[in-house]
Amino acid sequence: MSKIYYSETHEYVNVDGNIGYIGISDYAQHELGNVVYVDMPEVGDDIEAGDDFGAVESVKAASDLIAPVSGAVVEINESLIDNPRLVNEDPMANWIIKVELTDPSELDSLMDEEAYKEFINK
Amino acid sequence: MNREYYGKLIFELSRPGRRAYSLPDNGCPDVVSQLPDVLMRDAAPVLPEVDEPAIVRHYNNMSTNNFGVDTGFYPLGSCTMKYNPKINEEMAALPSMAALHPFQPDSTVQGALEAYYNLQQALSEIGGMSEFTLNPFAGAHGELTGLMVIRAYHRSRGDEKRTKVIVPDSAHGTNPASAAVAGLKVVEVKSLPDGTVDVDALRPLLDDTVAAVMMTNPNTVGIFEHRIPEIAAMVHEAGALMYYDGANLNPMLGVARPGDMGFDVMHINLHKTFSTPHGGGGPGSGPVGVREGLEQFLPNPRVTRNPDGTFSLTHTDTALGSVSATLGNFAVQLRALSYILSLGSEGLMEAGPLATLNANYVKESLRDVYALPVDRVCKHEFVFDGLADKSHGVTTLNVAKRLLDHGYHAPTIYFPLLFHESLMIEPTETESRDTLDEFIAVMRDIAREASENPEVVKTAPHNTPVRRPDDTNAALNPVVTYFDLEK
Amino acid sequence: MHRYFPHTKADIDAMLQRCGVSAIDDLYSDVPQELRLKRDYALSRQLSEKEVRDYFHRLGDKNRRLVCFAGAGFYNHYSPSVVSSVISRSEFLTAYTPYQPEISQGTLQYIFEYQSMMATLTGMEVSNASLYDGTTATAEAMLMAVAASRKRTRVLVSSTLSPHVRRVVATYASYHGVTVDEVAQTDGVTDIDDLRAKLEQGDVAGVIVASPNYYGILEDYSGWAELCHSHKALLIIHCVASDLGLIRTPGEWGADIAVGDGQSLGMPLSYGGPYLGFICTTKALMRKLPGRIVGATEDADGRRVFVLTLQAREQHIRRDKATSNICSNQGLMALYATVYMSVMGAAGLREVCERGCNGAHYLADALTATGKMRLKYPHRPYLNEFLMECDVDVDDLIARCVAQGILPGVKTAPGRLLIAVTEMCSREEMDTLVSIVKSM
Repeated sequence: MSKIYYSETHEYVNVDGNIGYIGISDYAQHELGNVVYVDMPEVGDDIEAGDDFGAVESVKAASDLIAPVSGAVVEINESLIDNPRLVNEDPMANWIIKVELTDPSELDSLMDEEAYKEFINK
Repeated sequence: MNREYYGKLIFELSRPGRRAYSLPDNGCPDVVSQLPDVLMRDAAPVLPEVDEPAIVRHYNNMSTNNFGVDTGFYPLGSCTMKYNPKINEEMAALPSMAALHPFQPDSTVQGALEAYYNLQQALSEIGGMSEFTLNPFAGAHGELTGLMVIRAYHRSRGDEKRTKVIVPDSAHGTNPASAAVAGLKVVEVKSLPDGTVDVDALRPLLDDTVAAVMMTNPNTVGIFEHRIPEIAAMVHEAGALMYYDGANLNPMLGVARPGDMGFDVMHINLHKTFSTPHGGGGPGSGPVGVREGLEQFLPNPRVTRNPDGTFSLTHTDTALGSVSATLGNFAVQLRALSYILSLGSEGLMEAGPLATLNANYVKESLRDVYALPVDRVCKHEFVFDGLADKSHGVTTLNVAKRLLDHGYHAPTIYFPLLFHESLMIEPTETESRDTLDEFIAVMRDIAREASENPEVVKTAPHNTPVRRPDDTNAALNPVVTYFDLEK
Repeated sequence: MHRYFPHTKADIDAMLQRCGVSAIDDLYSDVPQELRLKRDYALSRQLSEKEVRDYFHRLGDKNRRLVCFAGAGFYNHYSPSVVSSVISRSEFLTAYTPYQPEISQGTLQYIFEYQSMMATLTGMEVSNASLYDGTTATAEAMLMAVAASRKRTRVLVSSTLSPHVRRVVATYASYHGVTVDEVAQTDGVTDIDDLRAKLEQGDVAGVIVASPNYYGILEDYSGWAELCHSHKALLIIHCVASDLGLIRTPGEWGADIAVGDGQSLGMPLSYGGPYLGFICTTKALMRKLPGRIVGATEDADGRRVFVLTLQAREQHIRRDKATSNICSNQGLMALYATVYMSVMGAAGLREVCERGCNGAHYLADALTATGKMRLKYPHRPYLNEFLMECDVDVDDLIARCVAQGILPGVKTAPGRLLIAVTEMCSREEMDTLVSIVKSM
């Protein structure tokens, strides 16, 4: 069973065991507009919760990607290199990076789906 | 401006065997063939082969699809698009100035050094500063240099903990970017609804980790920060310095000097306030001035006047370092000096007030049809928050594009970030009442059109050389050279 | 009123009435009295245009125009008259950054041509729309390497790179928190063993070398890109634009970034500027480039048109997250370079290099034959610039030459004279220089 957590900077992490798929929320892709480029780390990089690990760019805006959890990057979504707009089409299916979590307890400080909905409607 | 689109690239005019150059022959024996192959390029660069008449026609045709200050009214806020006097160009091109090598002995460039020194002195008087360096190449480069001066000052006192710079949320984007390049952390202070700095929000931010507060005055809404003496006192009390972003200096000409307002370091955009042409983006010039006591931190090299009246290039160990190989954009500096001499003291005293008069005149003539979020006397520029009547869905972008149809350059749009539909207008002092009246009439027409026939405005422009380029495609599939196009 | 100000008294009165005030000064009622300038500026009175002209001619008369054998990064090349004619077009000269593409196709199009020409000249895939000059462009390349590496903060700079460039790089680095380590030199070229050792210490984001280097020497960088890349460092090659008409390009060396000054593309020396900084890179690093970039796209009528693109990298959007604070380009000088390269073409650029190279070797031989000076690095290949070790006093030599209207080169250290020859130097002028040296 996977479970989805959200950060206040609008990244999600979809957790399945000790593997997390990190992307941006539907709300975030909507705010950003047409995504034209996704800047991703390399496989093997270590990311730290709270640090930026890349960026998503639209024509007139750019947003840093802030890691919701710490971990090692085991895969990047290579289909976003040629077709970054997939992030707009289905942000949940089109995660950006796949990480191996180093500290699952970090998930406790994130929001679940319901709390996130409340957060963005505030 | 020619409304027919030209659109050809010089590469497309190329035919093998054509040429446009001629070179003198020194008759020295060939040695090139003796250089090792590994040091030579394998294939020649793919440059066009064209004749001289074709080149002249190509670029002249291209230029007719461009809009400049010499074409028409250019009310681009924060950019001070004033008239660029022609005598300035002539003076900058004088062979006795243009042919000088930057490393000639001082004794052979006394006139050039004197020009630099005299401009430096004039800017010091106008800015209320002690000394200027003219070395920075542009406004953003001036900001960076000025922040380096401030860091060098703190370092010289052994104060390494001041790593923050406070910037209002209405600031030009270059302010935080320059701070970051200078290794400083940016802390934003919020603005009050009238666009001025919230002094109560600023006070608690001031501690012994703050290196400087960066402000422009008047600010980006065109409003004079009237509490500036109080702010300067607070900032100095906390041991930090005051930095003046000179982008908005124009309306202060003849009225008040940044040095007298309490600023310690400032830059000036010669391409704004001092009439040097913007050249499609550059070259600019961003001299940096400092108050007494900070001169030793200015970048190397400096120009000093010797007791015998001669001038020298000097280097010091206390300087912040170097931000240029030599004295910066010298030919741009000559243009600014020519402007200052042409205006003289009396002309400079008139420039700021006339710029302010023009801005207030346009503001007062349009305030019933465009939303005025800050209703106060403005200085050289002011900001509308889009149309007063937004019910037809016409945006600031639409209004800007519709202005192009009428033969005007658009104002600055979506800046400052304080308002959703910012439309920032800066008329400058070199525009006549007739020009402003025509512009006002067109702006009113567009406002009426926006309610009577909004589609025309939303689909503008209609009679420009090209229409609404696809930005998204450009960013998604970058084609950035002729060779990408061929693929 | 001054001739630049169109306001009549009637205009001012009518405008004040619209503003609801009785005097312009009322529009400054919010400026506290204690801040007001209550006197005229202590500056010269207004000058007529004739007087302005006289003033500058008087200053110009205090300068000396010299036959130029000085280089050190800035070269006296021929400037075709077509170029100054085109760049004086006021539609180009008096426009600002092309924010409104519909009425800025002229500027956008020449920048696109410029980017294409710089890319092919340097052998790289992409170029930005230009930077201020070669020194700051190199500093920007350093920042770009640090940003691209994400966490590394060390940059290696060859000691054979011009000291003028190194000073600016070191200044930017010291404030930005980057550590610059200099790589030693042996016999006028970068010491590869020292480079290897410093790379092995780790944390290196980029390596900056020069071709030609400060002494005019063409260094052989075969295998250097691979060495740098094996340590995950970028290779940055600083070059002289016009030399690339002949010599091996940064692209061919496998460099990640090509950077330098475009002044050598026929730009007037103008005592230091304006010149042009260029920076070119690979497609992979395109989005890390500082400054403006122009791209081709289509407009609403399906025509090929040009726009500023990839703007999400820039300061007006990224603010303090931008890797550069550059907010413009060197517009008119990019046009200068573009028209110059159109005039010269590949054949003309090559001839410029050949004439300079042949002339420089002729002069070096003749100066050596005087017995008063010799090449400091006689076994190193060079193009059009070389370093002499002099037995005669260099300051004295310069003074004697200046007296005869010649600038013989740039003194780089006691007893060292750096001499450059371009297509502008005639054989007679070279012979005059030789005879002055001989007479000492």
